[in-house]
Amino acid sequence: MSASEQGWPLWEVFVRADRGLNHVHAGSVHAADAETALQAARDVYTRRAEGVSIWVVRSTEIVASDPDRRDDWFGDLKPYRHPTFYEIPDAIGHM
Amino acid sequence: MTVTDETTEAALQERFDATLADGRKIEPRDWMPEPYRQTMIRQIAQHAHSEVIGQQPEGNWITRAPTLARKAVLVAKVQDEAGHGLYLYSACETLGISRDELNRRLHEGRQKYSSIFNYPTLTWADVGAIGWLVDGAAITNQVMLTRTSYGPYARAMIRICKEESFHQRQGFEIMHTLATGTDEQRAMAQDALDRWWWPSISMFGPPDAESVHTEQSVAWGIKLETNDQLRQKFVDQTVPQADYLGLRIPDPDLRWNEERGHYDFGAIDWDDFWKVVRGDGPCNRERLEHKRATWEAGAWVREAALAHAAKKSGRDTTTEEAR
Amino acid sequence: MMTTTTTPLIRFLLRTADDNLVLAQRLGALLARMPELEEDIAVANVCLDHLGQARSLYAHAAILEGLGRSEDDLAMLRDERQFLNATLVEQPDVDFAHTIVRQFFVDAYQVPFYDVLCGASDPVLAGIAEKAVKEARYHLRRSATWVVRLGDGTEESHDRTQAAVDLLWRYTGDLLALDEIEETLVADGVLPSLDGVRGVFDATVASVFAEATLTLPTDPYQRLGGRAGVHTEQFGHLLPEMQRLYRSHPGARW
Repeated sequence: MSASEQGWPLWEVFVRADRGLNHVHAGSVHAADAETALQAARDVYTRRAEGVSIWVVRSTEIVASDPDRRDDWFGDLKPYRHPTFYEIPDAIGHM
Repeated sequence: MTVTDETTEAALQERFDATLADGRKIEPRDWMPEPYRQTMIRQIAQHAHSEVIGQQPEGNWITRAPTLARKAVLVAKVQDEAGHGLYLYSACETLGISRDELNRRLHEGRQKYSSIFNYPTLTWADVGAIGWLVDGAAITNQVMLTRTSYGPYARAMIRICKEESFHQRQGFEIMHTLATGTDEQRAMAQDALDRWWWPSISMFGPPDAESVHTEQSVAWGIKLETNDQLRQKFVDQTVPQADYLGLRIPDPDLRWNEERGHYDFGAIDWDDFWKVVRGDGPCNRERLEHKRATWEAGAWVREAALAHAAKKSGRDTTTEEAR
Repeated sequence: MMTTTTTPLIRFLLRTADDNLVLAQRLGALLARMPELEEDIAVANVCLDHLGQARSLYAHAAILEGLGRSEDDLAMLRDERQFLNATLVEQPDVDFAHTIVRQFFVDAYQVPFYDVLCGASDPVLAGIAEKAVKEARYHLRRSATWVVRLGDGTEESHDRTQAAVDLLWRYTGDLLALDEIEETLVADGVLPSLDGVRGVFDATVASVFAEATLTLPTDPYQRLGGRAGVHTEQFGHLLPEMQRLYRSHPGARW
């Protein structure tokens, strides 16, 4: 094995199991290009179920927020956006 | 919780400990103590390596499976093992290490895989014994690991457990068919049990008195029960199964202990166990040689795929490597 | 010797089943031998598909025969001269290039072949074909993708793949050739015409090979014979390995 051998890049896999649902992160695969990444993702994460939508994204393309800066990003909650902020009279029922 | 300076390691450690204490998950880009990261990498990688190496003893019987139905189920099982290895490598890579590096560590003997795969599959009954005993033993561990603290590992384990259900059943069913078959088949099943019993109960590792249980492992959700507890659980559930099969477990000291409410069983040969763990089992060399040889034989294929990708994107591969 | 495979349809079903079983047998030996884990998983999928097709076809042939033979009797108790698979599928896996090129030739044939069979008058066969053609399309996408990457990858991959083509091309004729079995089935209205299969196959090969910078051998020789049970010497080693356990314990349940 050559010491300089370059590995296949990593791709993150997102799967939408059915219409009406979201794509959900399922894991990752190694592949040399997008086409084979998609094929690998289908084989590994869906066992080729039909009607399933798959996204593959090169892991290096993912831009993530820094969890340790959580308070900076999310500390400024605007409470009125959250449904439990409002008191709905019981007489109205579920809303 | 307010902290005066978010970036001190003490504060980060506190937040990390609080997350664990709350039973919440550590996720990939969280700060984590270096020993936690290294322990998780090793734990997950060795679990992955075990799945991958495990393909060999079982794959050995695909071309010779006695019926088309058994062949299909065995291919599916070995495929699952590859898939599980892949989920686990994928989880491990989120800790900042590449699959290639993990392969390297395996090939160089710096990371291990479960010793149980260092035994040869000599007959078709061995395939049954592995499914029944080895997968059975693995399952006792696996359910516990779905609650492990590292998010990607826990999620991989949930996926694995969902797919694992048929593995043990398949093995037990093979043993049952053999044990209730012809005299030759029954003898084949007994012989397999004779060879796989002791290695299977050794899978749970050295006795509690001799193994290092740090409170760390418990806190990190790697070890929620001790080796001996898991081993006892496995023996208790398996002995009645052997009785049902009409097969004899090769342990003259095995007997039900009414007082304890558990089976007593004989002494494991720990010298033999360590011999195998250290690399001198019947198949250690073959397993690693096969793995290395397969990897090396595939180098030109992996290179070709990369070369094609580079051609298509119009960039020179050497330029990429230089970056 | 009295052979029970006397009707053209039964014979046709058996040889299609044999094609798939023998190929599955080759593929099953490749698990834990692929260049990457993703490929171990992929080859297992393809193996299971071919095995599934074989089993469905054997089951149907056995019912039509009416002799009470099981899929395992057909797979495990027939001898070399009774197997009717094409010579292509029994060729060995010299390296990954051979595995892929063999698969690509099979896939390029099976897509148009099963497509035609979707129009079979026998509803069971049509049903098998409807599932199989989807699988064949999926396989073709994968094998064609690999042929291109290997053919137009590195110099080494190109040379190995061209060598595989040069060796395996001579066995494709056995897969594609139409004989009196198909003629009869078409004439009897059991199958639509299979005349178009070779054209689609050739076009697929031409287009993928162009992109892969691969060429067909100039030697026109084709090693036929599989359909008459005249296999290559490879086959005599494949069969005993597959059949030994079943044959060693006559009547045993597994």
